Amino acid sequence: MADKRRVVVTGLGVAAPVGIGIEPFWDALIEKRCGIRRIESFDPGGFTTQIAGELPPFQLGDFIPKAYRKSAKVMSRDIMVAVVSAYLAVRDARLNTKCIVERGEAEGGPNIDSTRFGANIGAGLVCADLNELSAALNTAAEAPDRFSLATWGVEGMNNLTPLWLLKFLPNMLACHVTIVHDAQAPSNTITCGEASSHLAIGEAFRTVARGDADVCICGGAESKINPMALARPTLWRRLNYDANAAPNTACRPFAADRRGMVVAEGGGLVMLETLEHARARGARIYAELVGFGAATNTFHRSLPDPEGRATALALRHALRDAGIAPTEVDLVAPFGVGLQEQDASEMAGWNATFGERLSAIPALCIRGAVGNAGAGSGAMDFAATAVALHRNTVPPSQGTDRPDAACRFRFAHHDPMDAPIRHAVTHTYALAGGQHAALVLRKFVE
Amino acid sequence: MERRVVITGIGWVTPLGHDIEGVWKRLLAGESGVGPTTLFDAHTFPTTFSAEVRGFRLEDFLGPGAEAHGGASRNSRFALAAGELAWRHAGLRNDTGLDPTRVGVYLGGGEGPLDFTHFVHAAVAGCRNDANACIPLDTIRWAQAALSLLDPTHELEQEPNLAAGHLAVRFNAQGPSFNTLTACAASTQAIGEATHVIRYGDAEVMISGGTHSMIHPLGVTGFNRLTALSTRNDSYATASRPFDRSRDGFVLGEGAGILILEELEHARARGARILAEVLGYGSTADAFRVTDIHEEGRGAIAAMRAALAGAGVTPREIDYISAHGTGTEENDKTETMAIRAVFGERAREVPVSSVKSMLGHLIAAAGAVELITCVLAIRDGIAPPTINYATPDPNCDLDYIPNQARRMPVRTALSNSFGFGGQNDTLVIRAFEP
Repeated sequence: MADKRRVVVTGLGVAAPVGIGIEPFWDALIEKRCGIRRIESFDPGGFTTQIAGELPPFQLGDFIPKAYRKSAKVMSRDIMVAVVSAYLAVRDARLNTKCIVERGEAEGGPNIDSTRFGANIGAGLVCADLNELSAALNTAAEAPDRFSLATWGVEGMNNLTPLWLLKFLPNMLACHVTIVHDAQAPSNTITCGEASSHLAIGEAFRTVARGDADVCICGGAESKINPMALARPTLWRRLNYDANAAPNTACRPFAADRRGMVVAEGGGLVMLETLEHARARGARIYAELVGFGAATNTFHRSLPDPEGRATALALRHALRDAGIAPTEVDLVAPFGVGLQEQDASEMAGWNATFGERLSAIPALCIRGAVGNAGAGSGAMDFAATAVALHRNTVPPSQGTDRPDAACRFRFAHHDPMDAPIRHAVTHTYALAGGQHAALVLRKFVE
Repeated sequence: MERRVVITGIGWVTPLGHDIEGVWKRLLAGESGVGPTTLFDAHTFPTTFSAEVRGFRLEDFLGPGAEAHGGASRNSRFALAAGELAWRHAGLRNDTGLDPTRVGVYLGGGEGPLDFTHFVHAAVAGCRNDANACIPLDTIRWAQAALSLLDPTHELEQEPNLAAGHLAVRFNAQGPSFNTLTACAASTQAIGEATHVIRYGDAEVMISGGTHSMIHPLGVTGFNRLTALSTRNDSYATASRPFDRSRDGFVLGEGAGILILEELEHARARGARILAEVLGYGSTADAFRVTDIHEEGRGAIAAMRAALAGAGVTPREIDYISAHGTGTEENDKTETMAIRAVFGERAREVPVSSVKSMLGHLIAAAGAVELITCVLAIRDGIAPPTINYATPDPNCDLDYIPNQARRMPVRTALSNSFGFGGQNDTLVIRAFEP
């Protein structure tokens, strides 16, 4: 095999319910602020669970060139979250992409070669805008149970904008991001539920390491704040239905009294870069990405394995890829969705890999603060992990203060923990479909 | 030394059948899989025809094993059947020392069809409120209807990564699992990335390919609104006419194509029959416009060049090109231009064909099915035709293997897939040479 090139993390762009931008996001985690509250963007009164992690208000125009504003009308919310995260990531990395130049925020031209700039962006099952689609469908129905496909075919469908489909193709997140920032190198869209971000970052890591790109923007984004995306987990009985009055403590990862998950919107994009490329431009380096491992739960396509074998396998593969032993890990970042059986499975996998020593390793889980934004979740975890490693500080993990008997994670509950961190491991998995993935970060040393 | 990746098994479910050799014979005979749409009542739609998979039952492939996949979406059922064919074709068995942690899945799987009847019911219920207004929708009425009508399993099976999950369970594939959904390029992308997974050493065997059905009311609506589909309702069998001057859009198809990719030494150690070697893969983004392909085919050119460079193959060595060749005005013109740019003077000499003329466009599954035709072209020394080719287009001036399959030695083949949103992927495969 050809020599692998070293890959470093030089930019973090996060759009999270607790804050948009890596600094506001990090400050909120340190200050133990929770982003979960009653849904405001639509009336959730018909649902048993009425809380979620919604993004704070933002103006899309702040994140794209002026000439691109007209494209906003073909953007679903998921695409917007990706576009916002992308801008934040390239700014954080001080890379002057086409977008930054066109916005007049750089002196001179781009400082990046578009043909060596790739994208790998995880996406979810993008929900159609129910307002627009329902209004169109309604024109072909006399009553809810009397819809005429014949009327729809001949005239009803004309109420949809011609580009309607393009809002909801999952690869449109990457499409808009690559256009706005002019990224022409290898591009992919991973659609594996909550595992999407880690798989996308892991694949981008391989792409850059083998030399197919010098820089890759990667991660994921999703919005689950719409009636369809709230209805689905309601039907699957995955939501905490008993916390509308106390949203701040609704999501309780690995807690003895955990009652279910909370949906969210958000995401993160990460700039991966070869060390050589980063050095040449004097970039600030958060961490070196040194390990990736993936594995699959074959116990059942949508039920967790009580033994957590896929979690253990993904962790072992990632550690072996990094060339380190579990004893060399200083920070662990589990996914912790807050569901009874899923958390039990994840704990079993971590416990099997790290043994008793797990209880001595600082741990971080941000799910209680931000909820589950599907394909965008893992990138938020990755960003929090990278900053924690960079600053040797572990924020408190909200909702974890009454741990399950099997829980060995050493979370900070109230105040941040200071700890020297050389290696950190983060893990996510898809709630359905079986995909599991883990990434290992190392403190950068020359 | 770099690990070499070979293809040891193939399987597909297509509008021309669900067996390996029968479909291949029909493709070489130039048969069309296009007919009137029967999966829903499309008679008033701008397009009333499609290339449907017919007479398909998962039990015919899995026997009683199909029960474990109850509730699986049409996509997942196609993938399971094609996967079963490919697994058997490769001579793989879980009880012969195969390490399940070294077997992975990489699919280009589409989203499952939504539960249209109940979805519409909830949508209309949400509009029938006191103000009789759809915008904003009455989400309380919507929720009441949706939560009582929608089926949890059906909703779960719409997740695009579920087909990969079904395959992993069926074949006990505990290694890395991915699903990509880069529109019409997805399964070519999946096979290219799966090749890298093996090369890197993350797996020895990858079950890879794609599966998709968008022949449902909202799928056809979406493409009809984009005016991407042919509307030759009175002559559907000749509607898919890639590169012909009178082409008016693509024909929507459905199905799955699955290939078994395997590390060479692993395949040798178990005495596997090797069908071809995956040599090169290129992936690029146009980064141009949401709606249009780059005018000069910038991304397509870069993808083909990257695949050739990765393969260490010159354009002179390519014997056959399986085109994306959708039959839309824009794609066929731009793809032709891109082939000309990459192949130079030799462009007119390299036979190019589009099996979409016979199978329609299988969207996320298209690339995998087309790569399988390349594998078979290499094996049999014959290339499938582009049917319905009658009137040359001055903008499309290559040798498209019009209407008749062609006997010719095929040692090295190149397969293109381009997706909405400017996603370009190319694979180069070659007859296996030790």
